[in-house]
Amino acid sequence: MSIDAIGEARRQVEICNACRYCEGYCAVFPAITSQRSFLDGDIQQLANLCHDCRGCYYACQYTAPHEFDLNLPKALGQVRRDSWHQYSFPSGFGAVFQKSGLAISLAVVIGFAFVFWIARQFAASADGQGFYAVMSHGLMVAIFLPAFLLPLFSLMVGLRRYWKAVEGAPVSASHLMSAMHAAARMKHLSGGHGEGCNFEDEDRFSNARRWWHQLVLYGFLLCFVATSSATLMHYLLSMPAPYAWYALPKLLGVPGGIALSVGTVGMLAVKMKSDSALSDQRFYGGEVGFIVLLFLVSTTGLGLYWFGDGDWLGAWLAVHLGSVLAFFLLMPYSKMAHGFYRMAALTRDAQRGAEHS
Amino acid sequence: MKKQCEVLIVGGGNAALCAAITAAEAGAKVTVLEGAPKSHRGGNSRHTRNFRCMHGGPLGTLTDIYETQEYYDDLVKVTAGKTDTELARMTIEQSEDCYTWMHEHGVRFQPSLSGTLSLSRTNAFFLGGGKALVNAFYRHAEGLGVEIYYDTQVTHLERNGGRIEQVVVTHEDQEFRLLPKAVIVASGGFQADLDWLADAWGPAARNFLIRGTPYNRGVVLRDLLDQDIQSVGDPTQCHAVAIDGRAPQFDGGIVTRLDCVPFSIVVNRQGDRFYDEGEDVWPKRYAIWGRLVAAQPDQVAYSIIDSKSLDLFMPSVFPPVKAGTVEELATRLELPPAALKDTVEAFNSACKDGPFHPTELDGLATDQLTPKKSNWARPINQPPYYGYALRPGVTFTYLGLKVDETARVQGQDGALENLWAAGEIMAGSILGQGYLAGFGMTIGTVFGRIAGREAAHHVN
Ligand SMILES: Cc1cc2nc3c(=O)[nH]c(=O)nc-3n(C[C@H](O)[C@H](O)[C@H](O)COP(=O)(O)OP(=O)(O)OC[C@H]3O[C@@H](n4cnc5c(N)ncnc54)[C@H](O)[C@@H]3O)c2cc1C
Ligand code: SF4
Ligand code: SF4
Repeated sequence: MSIDAIGEARRQVEICNACRYCEGYCAVFPAITSQRSFLDGDIQQLANLCHDCRGCYYACQYTAPHEFDLNLPKALGQVRRDSWHQYSFPSGFGAVFQKSGLAISLAVVIGFAFVFWIARQFAASADGQGFYAVMSHGLMVAIFLPAFLLPLFSLMVGLRRYWKAVEGAPVSASHLMSAMHAAARMKHLSGGHGEGCNFEDEDRFSNARRWWHQLVLYGFLLCFVATSSATLMHYLLSMPAPYAWYALPKLLGVPGGIALSVGTVGMLAVKMKSDSALSDQRFYGGEVGFIVLLFLVSTTGLGLYWFGDGDWLGAWLAVHLGSVLAFFLLMPYSKMAHGFYRMAALTRDAQRGAEHS
Repeated sequence: MKKQCEVLIVGGGNAALCAAITAAEAGAKVTVLEGAPKSHRGGNSRHTRNFRCMHGGPLGTLTDIYETQEYYDDLVKVTAGKTDTELARMTIEQSEDCYTWMHEHGVRFQPSLSGTLSLSRTNAFFLGGGKALVNAFYRHAEGLGVEIYYDTQVTHLERNGGRIEQVVVTHEDQEFRLLPKAVIVASGGFQADLDWLADAWGPAARNFLIRGTPYNRGVVLRDLLDQDIQSVGDPTQCHAVAIDGRAPQFDGGIVTRLDCVPFSIVVNRQGDRFYDEGEDVWPKRYAIWGRLVAAQPDQVAYSIIDSKSLDLFMPSVFPPVKAGTVEELATRLELPPAALKDTVEAFNSACKDGPFHPTELDGLATDQLTPKKSNWARPINQPPYYGYALRPGVTFTYLGLKVDETARVQGQDGALENLWAAGEIMAGSILGQGYLAGFGMTIGTVFGRIAGREAAHHVN
């Protein structure tokens, strides 16, 4: 399957290289035109640079019913997913997730929530406060540390494999900076003219998807920093939760959670509006599953903040922790991987730019 | 379909849409009839990449200056003077304003494409190419309330004295007779009608490939010429370039071009060379090769290179045929192996030592060989060897309707009252022969806007 997808993408990329009309849309085309022939790794690199903005689909004079049958975003999308599966470690589960991501996400969330619920009956510590009254801090760490580190390790293995395939050189700070700069503004989803992509309404340009995605990205980062700061406060300053509203974890976490909740709803809405026939139906479940998972993580987190005082604390906490755990564990297989691979692709693109100039 | 309409526009490419938008902005009710289905809307305009634009200083993506006089001189050079001075100058002068107008109507530009013959000073490139331009114009026109019908072919314009009284169209297998107040024809040339091409050019034309849309069959052009409308342009000529012989019959577009000729030898079916492949730099010569190939048996030729030259030109859409020896390559290309081998050997022994510069005239010519190769003559001796089949690919035809500076169509006894023309269908008025890259879209935009303005004025 993977070989066919790469072969098909290569066929299309070679047509683009003879055409070049879409050069100004994104980073994919300059990367194409700097080469004449494309190894498998080159095609995977192009695939991970593509945002599926569809600018080049609607602009293409060779889309079906033309016999050249161009749909570059779809071809690259297939290679992109396949590359995550191919390099994932341990491999095998990814394909299943892409197919039935929503069901798996929900099942895992419910499963873990149930386990937490049971565990709580036995493990609540009498002297803990707030949610630590429900589940001891020690137990939470014992579960979440490995649940966080193992998937991260697994992703790193995948990225190393990817880096080898795209013939990446040792990473320098300037390449990383350039990649982060592009990602921070989602430069390549700007359409080259700043008016965005062609996602929701055929060839109309719009920045909606870009803004929703930024909301998700920055919301996620805020939540991440909030959790990290809480961890540091716990261990270094011996200041365990619960925190007041003006403490760093809450100051960052609450806006972050709101951004993430709202952003994921927005992402889901533009996704529903887009022409799903243009992309591979096989991945639809995985994408929706991932967005729903992020939504659950952030919304149940916020729920803890607002409704977490009453009788429902235990239930909320179980669902929240269940979704967080599911989110972490599914990370290497869910669309979360795209963030890591995109950064790697952008870094490699910066390197190649430097090699060519 | 409503019988009564104000401004009726025939065609759905660049010229038609510029006319539609201008007329609608001037307050007219506009109907556009596009013969193609929505998936193929936009005629040849959807295959374009840029337009040629006069400018007195840096303008958007355009660098430096490109003044009217230089632009005009360039035009006179390629047409060998076969142009209408007044119309040409007017078109050139108005091209500068087209840049801003296009931008205001949703077209976005990008810097000159990598590997394009440095056109960054003279030509403004559309971001995403011509189909993106066409999309932007359709969207804009719809926003203005222009009614657009796809799959709707105009078969006849009924002329009564100085007026067009009725327009006959076919839509979903039904015939309709419309009664417009003003009509703008922007339905392109006739190059997709192979029978007509064969009448004009000879039977060889049946082997020509058509680079653009299959929908430009000249139905409206012929209909009007049959009703005593004045024509311009040589009816027997078309603009043809040598393209990849494996290209589809229609709509292969830009990607089928091949830029390998100057670094190759080109042979015909018999394995013989027939023209100087290195006569001049490729941008100045690519347009004569369509005709050269068309004059060869079966209208086919073969460009042969060795591995030294493979990376010297823009990548081709289909990979070249490859072989370890010249004879084997001949067999793969279905050429007589011995003949090709002789031709290559004769060519190789006529090559001299000297500096080779792929991007400029390097004077590296053959010695005592007929036909001579004047530049870039390096022996073909480093396997693997590569070959491309070449066929004539028709870009457009020259025959068109004669118009005046208000885009009004001219009958034998003066201008028609309510008929205007824009784009390829009248381009022969300005481009009598030859071609200047990017001028087709300039003519269409300038005359489309004039026609739209005049027609709206007429109905208001
Ligand atoms: C491959 C290629 C590349 C080119 N690149 C460039 C370039 O970069 N720059 C440039 O300036 N020029 C270029 N040209 C030339 C350019 O395409 C034309 O000059 C220009 O598009 C003409 O515009 P138009 O609107 O007159 O015709 P078109 O865009 O061809 O539109 C004609 C329209 O009329 C419709 N039609 C035809 N018959 C009927 C009928 N009977 N009833 C209803 N509708 C009908 C067609 O469907 C079509 O929509 C290129 C041409 C080709 C083939
Ligand atoms: S997507 Fe189509 S128009 Fe764009 S570069 Fe590729 S072939 Fe050309
Ligand atoms: S990012 Fe957009 S323009 Fe670029 S290749 Fe992907 S879909 Fe096409």
